[in-house]
Amino acid sequence: MFPKPIEKQSAGAQFAYKSLLPVALLFWLAPLLAVALFSIKPDADFTAGNYWGVPSSFEGFTNYGQVFFNSDMPQYLLNSFMITIPTVIGAVALSSMTGFALGVYKFRSNIWIFFLFVAGNFVPFQILMVPVRDLTLSLGLYDTKAGLVLFHIAFQTGFCTLFMRNFIRALPYELIEAARVEGVSEIRIFWYVVLPLMKPALAALSVLIFTFIWNDYFWAIVLTQGPDSQPVTAGITSFNAQFRAAYHMMSAGSIVAALPPVAMFFLMQKHFIAGLTLGAVK
Amino acid sequence: MTVASDIPETESWFHKNQQKIAPWLFLAPGILFFAVYVIIPIFQSFNLSLYEWDGLGKAEYVGFSNYEQLYWEYVDRDAFFISLKNNVIWLFMYLLAIPAGLFIALFLNQTVRGIRIYKSLFFFPFVISQVVVGLVFSWFYNPSFGLLNTMLDWVNLGPVNVLGDENLVTYGIIIAGLWPQTAYCMILYLTGLNAVDPEQIEAGRLDGAKGVRMLWHIILPQLRPATFIAFVVTIIGALRSFDLVSIMTEGGPFGSSRVLAYYMFEVALSEYGFRMGYGAAIAVVLFMIMMCFIAYFLWSMYREEKGH
Repeated sequence: MFPKPIEKQSAGAQFAYKSLLPVALLFWLAPLLAVALFSIKPDADFTAGNYWGVPSSFEGFTNYGQVFFNSDMPQYLLNSFMITIPTVIGAVALSSMTGFALGVYKFRSNIWIFFLFVAGNFVPFQILMVPVRDLTLSLGLYDTKAGLVLFHIAFQTGFCTLFMRNFIRALPYELIEAARVEGVSEIRIFWYVVLPLMKPALAALSVLIFTFIWNDYFWAIVLTQGPDSQPVTAGITSFNAQFRAAYHMMSAGSIVAALPPVAMFFLMQKHFIAGLTLGAVK
Repeated sequence: MTVASDIPETESWFHKNQQKIAPWLFLAPGILFFAVYVIIPIFQSFNLSLYEWDGLGKAEYVGFSNYEQLYWEYVDRDAFFISLKNNVIWLFMYLLAIPAGLFIALFLNQTVRGIRIYKSLFFFPFVISQVVVGLVFSWFYNPSFGLLNTMLDWVNLGPVNVLGDENLVTYGIIIAGLWPQTAYCMILYLTGLNAVDPEQIEAGRLDGAKGVRMLWHIILPQLRPATFIAFVVTIIGALRSFDLVSIMTEGGPFGSSRVLAYYMFEVALSEYGFRMGYGAAIAVVLFMIMMCFIAYFLWSMYREEKGH
């Protein structure tokens, strides 16, 4: 293990390390803790200039209550879910097929199609912006959740294919060959042999895509405009305009907007990290 | 990997053919989606960059005049070059996430009690949307009450208005971006460190290597795959920077924090009117810059594949 395990060092070093940990964490998360503190303060504290002191009263329930009952926030959150979940399903479904095709079959254009997906996944969004917006307009899907979902599914297929294909490559190929010798059709091999083995990849990819799409801002402002279809990342700006200079409200709103992927991360931590670090180890 | 060679002689003609057709059937829906929404739009943007178009009326063919205007400027003086310069700053500064991530990973790569929770909490900023990171940091920098100036005040420094200062603003935004990016690199390296071969470390220790020498000669070579991914995601992330600029400054003050991604959005879809052709030309420039890196990444992946 590197660096040298702290248990093998002097008691002083161990003590120093253990006391440094929480201090370092406190500094690392300071900007966020500040927002959390703001979100439970009463309005009066800000007018009185008490920004960093102890809150004069605990107003967490009032502030978060306002966010949920006196703003468009619930609608934005709902929109976010209605955009994110279909995208996860669509992108994972498409890419388990493309990943299977590129991971299992050997044909001449295989690697080029694979590279096309990988390269497409890295292009700047701006090169797609005007044509995709036009396409969405002409499909009559501008300012709808469906318009966003279709684009997100298509774009995420790039990354998901990369992920799935590499995962499938690492599966024992003998299983597929054995099934073929038995005369099992290709579609059944996909469904009954490979797909069950892909469960960890499906889980990892789902949490990752959920986070990516939930946090998308660019496409939300390009393809939607109003509370009917905008997700929470775009909605937070209008929310902030509604509560201009009310820092306790804006802080509470931001925390609510950030929460679902955070919850997802803490619940599915193992899958999340496995997904992010695929390929980081040989 | 062999596909056809092991199949017995008795194999039916249909079965063999099925294996030729099957991949294309599996690929069809994915390729269709990807072509319509990603591949074709790239070519459309290239084409559009040769036109002048407001998004509604008829597009007028203008040849390379949009590209000439990038040079001579349309919106305000130097807007394109300031964006380009800021993109270069982003690219170099953002790479600091890699050593910073490695540093935190080394710091956290211990087995004391509760270390798992520390690791997740250090990783936490990556999960939050950039919009919220942008908001959090614009309050952090706020000249009248922000935490930064409060802390500077303790040591009798400041106040500085980071986001209001033309010379500081881009660095201020990049630091906000480094926060989640460092967390990402950290998790890559933590995973990599987990897989480092303990025998090599022991062998290194016997040879008297420790500290930085050990890190450089024995650990880092084994972390190469993690470093490669860290480079890919950091470079792409730097050139894609849009959310933070949009949330924290909208390119200001006086356009001094614009980057190409944001400038393109500004000319094509916001207050400067709908100059789609001109926007497309900016996008093409950004695309070309990114293509250099993408080509290099693909080339590395290709060598890797051949090596197997």
